[in-house]
Amino acid sequence: MPIKIALAGNPNSGKTTMFNHLTGSTQYVGNWPGVTVEKKEGRLKGDKDVIIQDLPGIYSLSPYTLEEVVSRNYLVNEMPDAIINIVDASNIERNLYLTTQLLEIGVPVVIALNMIDVVRKNGDVIDIKKLSEALGCEVVETAAVKGTGSKEVAAKAVVLASKGTKPSPRYKFSDTVEAALTEIENLVDSISNHRSRRFFAVKLFERDEKILEQLKLDENTINRIEEIISKVENELDDDSESIITNERYTCISQVVEKSVHKKNKSRLTTSDKIDLVLTNRWLALPIFAAIMFLVYYISITTVGGWATDWVNDVLFGEIIPPAVEGFLVSVGCADWLISLIVDGIVGGVGAVLGFLPQMIVLFFCLSILEDCGYMARIAFIMDRIFRKFGLSGKSFIPMLVATGCGVPGVMASRTIENESDRRITIMTTTFMPCSAKLPIIALIAGAMFRDSAWVAPSAYFVGIAAIIVSGIILKKFKGFIGDPAPFVMELPKYHLPSPKTVSIHMFDRAKSFVKKAGTVILLACVGVWFLSSFNWTLTMVDAENSILASLGKIIAPIFAPLGWGDWKSAVSTLNGLIAKENVVGTFGVLYGVEEVSENGAEVWAALQASYTQLAAYSFLIFNLLCAPCFAAIGAIRREMGNAKWTLIALGYQTGLAYAVSLIIYQFGMMFTGNFSVIFGTLAIILVAAFVYLLFKPVNKHEGLTRKAMAS
Amino acid sequence: MRTLRAVNCGETVKVVKLHGEGAVKRRIMDMGITKGTEIYVRKVAPLGDPIEVNVRNYELTIRKDDAQMIEVE
Repeated sequence: MPIKIALAGNPNSGKTTMFNHLTGSTQYVGNWPGVTVEKKEGRLKGDKDVIIQDLPGIYSLSPYTLEEVVSRNYLVNEMPDAIINIVDASNIERNLYLTTQLLEIGVPVVIALNMIDVVRKNGDVIDIKKLSEALGCEVVETAAVKGTGSKEVAAKAVVLASKGTKPSPRYKFSDTVEAALTEIENLVDSISNHRSRRFFAVKLFERDEKILEQLKLDENTINRIEEIISKVENELDDDSESIITNERYTCISQVVEKSVHKKNKSRLTTSDKIDLVLTNRWLALPIFAAIMFLVYYISITTVGGWATDWVNDVLFGEIIPPAVEGFLVSVGCADWLISLIVDGIVGGVGAVLGFLPQMIVLFFCLSILEDCGYMARIAFIMDRIFRKFGLSGKSFIPMLVATGCGVPGVMASRTIENESDRRITIMTTTFMPCSAKLPIIALIAGAMFRDSAWVAPSAYFVGIAAIIVSGIILKKFKGFIGDPAPFVMELPKYHLPSPKTVSIHMFDRAKSFVKKAGTVILLACVGVWFLSSFNWTLTMVDAENSILASLGKIIAPIFAPLGWGDWKSAVSTLNGLIAKENVVGTFGVLYGVEEVSENGAEVWAALQASYTQLAAYSFLIFNLLCAPCFAAIGAIRREMGNAKWTLIALGYQTGLAYAVSLIIYQFGMMFTGNFSVIFGTLAIILVAAFVYLLFKPVNKHEGLTRKAMAS
Repeated sequence: MRTLRAVNCGETVKVVKLHGEGAVKRRIMDMGITKGTEIYVRKVAPLGDPIEVNVRNYELTIRKDDAQMIEVE
C-alpha cells in the first residue's frame, strides 16, 4: 500500500511550487470527479511509494465553495495518511485559520511554514518551538521558491504517516463552546469513536447541511443537537457558525501573540509601493489597457500568431500533407485510404496542433500575470463593469483573447475561480468574432453591402451585445445561481514570477488541451472528412455530392425562416464547424469556383443573385454566434469538464444564433412590408421573451438561504 | 449604525458586528474579519467599487454592498 499524503493550504501560499518540488515531473493533472476543480496528483521524488495529492487552494472547510467541499470530502472520507499544511508565514494569522480546521480531522499534520525567507527579510521572528507546541503538531520552516525545507517536510510527513500520531492542539475554545462540542460528540454514536469526531462535532454545531446529510441522524438526535446549539447561541448572542469562526480567530490571535514577534508594524513594503501605482485611481485603467494590449499583441498578433500560422499553413499545409501523400502513393495505397490519412487524420492532427503554439504563448503571458499577482488586480479593477453582466472581472481576458481566436479564449477562462462565472464565460466567449470569422464578414460585406463600413463593426457590436445579454439572462437560471461566492478576494503580494512555476503552468495547460480537447477535435475532423468525401453508396465523391451535402439539403428548410433556406448556405454553415473560414471556401466549391481569395470576391456575383441583403446579414449573424469550430468545441469540452455542460453550451449558442437571426430577418421583412404570420409572430414573441428575461427581477439571496436544521 | 462602506480611505476602524447570513457572511469571516478586528481602508478601485482593505496584515478586496454588512465603531 502506498502512503497517501495530502497537500493543503491557502491560495497564494506557495502550494503549487512546493507540489512541483516534491513530485518533479511525475504528475497527473485532471479534474475531480464530476466537477471542474483541478485535481493534481504525483509521486514523491525519490520515494515512489508515496503519493502526494494536491488539494485546491482553500481558505476554510466551509460547505459553500466547490473547492472546499471537494477538499474536505477527500480529507474526511478518503483519509490520507498525513496532511502537509502549507502556511504562508508572512500572512500567518489568516493561514492558521485553515490549520485549526485541518487539525480537527484527526489525520497527522505537518506544517510547512513557508516563505520564511520573507519573514526574516522583514526582520520578524517566529518561535517555531512555541508555535509547534501550541498547535500540537510538527512545524518545519520552508522557502518553496528557493527549494529549501521541502524534503524535510516530506520526510517528517512520511514518518508521521507510519506512526499515525494525531495532532493535539493546546489552545481551547471558550468553556461554553467546548462543553457544547463535547456534548455533541458524546450524543452522536456514529461519531463518538470516529477519528474525526472533533471535525464532525464542529460541523454539526455549525448546522452544516452536507455533513448532516452524510451522517443520517434520527430526528430525536437532531432535536437534541439543536437544543444544545440554541442554548449557546442565546448565551453568546450570535449564530453558531460565527461563534466558531470567532473562537478560531481568538485562539489564533493568542497563539500568534506568543510565538510571532514583529519588528515594526506599519511600513510600506515594495509590494505596497508597486500597488500604489498599478491600482492607482487614475493610472490603473491606462496601465491595464497597456498590459492587455501587450498580451494580445504578443500572443495573437505577433509571436503566437506567426507560430500558429506557420504550423497551420506551412507545416500542416505545405510540408507534412504532400510528404505523407507522396509516401502513400509510392507504396501504392488505395485512394480512399490516402484521403483518410491526409485529409482526415493529418488534417485533424493539424487542427489540434495548429493552435498549440499560440496557446503556449498565451498561457505563458497569463501564467506570468497570475504568478506575479496582477491577475487578482484585474478582477479588482474590472469588477464593477463585469459584475453588471453577471460575469467576473477576469472574464475580460478570455473575451479579449477570443477576438483573435476562441480556442485560447475559452482556455483562458481557467483563471476564473467562481464556477458559474466561469461557465457563463466559456459559453459566451466565442460570441466574439474571432479572426477566422473575419473572411465571412468580408464576404458578406463585400458581396452584399459594397464593403460598407458598418458591417464589420456591427458584427463586433452583436458579439458584445450577445455576451452582455447572455450574462444577464443566464445568471437568472438555476444552474448558475448555485454558487453564491461573494466577491471577497485576497490581493496577494506582488513578487517576481518564478520561471519554473510559469513554465510548469504553461505546459500543464498545453498538455491538457492536447489530451482533452485533442480527441474531440480529431474525431470530429475525421467524421466530417468522411461525410464530405463519400456519398450514401460509400463511393468517394466531391463535396457537393457527398453525404454532408445531402444532409445540408435535408436541414436547409430549418433555415428558411432566417431567409437562407437554400442547401448551399446550410452546407457552408456545416462546413464552418471544421473552421469558420471554411464557410467562404465551401461557397467557392459549391458555386463551382476553383480558388477563392480571403474575402471570396469570386463568388460575389453568385451570392448577389441568390441572396437579399437582409438574408445575407441574417446568415452572417447566425454564423458569428452559432456553435464555434470543432477546435473551440474541444476547448469548451475541456473546460466544462463534462459532456452535459458542453452540450448545454453548444445548444445555447446555436439556439441564440437562431433566435437572433430570426428576429433580424423577420423584423426586416416586416419593415419592408412582407409580414409572415407564423414567423413574424414568432420573432415578436422571441423579442418579448428576451425583454422579459432581461428585466425579470432576480431574488439575490436565492441559494443563500439556509434552512434551520430542525424546524 | 456605521458600516465599512462609509469609512474613508486611510482610516482604521474596529469591527463591532457582522450582519447578514449564510455563504457571504461566512466567507467574510473566514477571511479574518471578525468581531474586534482592526480594518485599515487602503483604497477604492478606479471605477468606485470594490474597496481594498488591510486586515490581519494582508490585503483584501470587498464589494461595497458586502462591506455594508460589516458594522464598525
